[in-house]
Amino acid sequence: MKTDELINVLATNLEPVKGGRLRNTFLVALAMGGVAAVCLMLAAFGLPIDAFGGEHIGFKVLALAFTLGLAAAGVAFLMRAARPGEPGPRPLIIVGLFLAIVLAGIAVLLFARPSAWGALVFGPQWAACLFCIPLFAIAPFASLIWALRNGAPTNLALTGAIAGLVAGALGAAVLAFHDPGASIPFIVIWYGGPIVLCALAGAILGPRLLRW
Amino acid sequence: MLGGLDGDEAAHRALLVRLSIHLRAYFKGQLARIGKTPTDAEDLLQETLIALHTRRHTYDRSQLLTPWVYAIARYRLVDYLRREKASAADLPVEEAPELFADDNAAAVDSRLDLQKLMAKLSPKMRQAIQMVKLDGWSVSEAAARSGMSESMVKVSVHRGLRALSLLIGKGAAHED
Repeated sequence: MKTDELINVLATNLEPVKGGRLRNTFLVALAMGGVAAVCLMLAAFGLPIDAFGGEHIGFKVLALAFTLGLAAAGVAFLMRAARPGEPGPRPLIIVGLFLAIVLAGIAVLLFARPSAWGALVFGPQWAACLFCIPLFAIAPFASLIWALRNGAPTNLALTGAIAGLVAGALGAAVLAFHDPGASIPFIVIWYGGPIVLCALAGAILGPRLLRW
Repeated sequence: MLGGLDGDEAAHRALLVRLSIHLRAYFKGQLARIGKTPTDAEDLLQETLIALHTRRHTYDRSQLLTPWVYAIARYRLVDYLRREKASAADLPVEEAPELFADDNAAAVDSRLDLQKLMAKLSPKMRQAIQMVKLDGWSVSEAAARSGMSESMVKVSVHRGLRALSLLIGKGAAHED
């Protein structure tokens, strides 16, 4: 086939392209993934009795701020990563958020008596976090991969990692509604840890799932 | 580019022609260093043109065009090299000289055979591309003749072009 023929085929009956298409795709993906994760949480645990109150409301706000902050920073990164040739923003905000909460966790441990460390680190629900965050992350991950496949990411491992991180953060945010834990070290380890695991899984899956 | 995004066929064609000149030189230069022929470069060029076309919605109108084109061309080149490495490892050594047999005579043609590739598409996609892209019928004419809705025709054309570039990536055009 001659290249000129191909160009003719491509240009014949050209469809105009609307501006905000990629952004809309991401919004749809986030909405679908988020709703699916919430539904899964409700199916697993039922409606939380004290969704907007309770004794750990401070930690709930902190866990939500941490996870949703991660998700927002990650989505901003993904929307640029889906466009080839954009000056890629380094995911510095994400690293910064992690660093801040890890330091806060260490500080809490340093000020506490070593005999209290066990209770601070292992809240009653640590196993639920480890299991449920990746589980809740599956739907958002799938919808984000779908959105990214509509774009044209060129750094597949990094893009996959950030997609995994956003999905993990969304899964963690959903779980935080049910049970935020009762200490900052708990949030660091049992929320931050599974989110990092999700990001690693995304980095491994990215090159396979996102190839175009 | 902007004209093409708004649906101006002549502008889109002119852009692709201009880009193909630059990209041909770029790919020829890159591939010559690893002993590939101009025909290989032409394959890669056509693959890249399809990618530029089917991914044109990822171009941000407020940004420069060159980095976008270069990023896609580079991605296709890296993908091509990765693929070739894998398939080269499968080839017996004796067959290697055949790769260099067809040189400059067919330099302007790629090995891609559009009809062969089309045969691998689903009937709906094949029909839509045949009518709208090859026979040049308008979307509404194609919809009326095929019994599909207009949006179905548009979607089939778009998905079909993407499927074609995937088929090229899998090397379907090089079989037999």
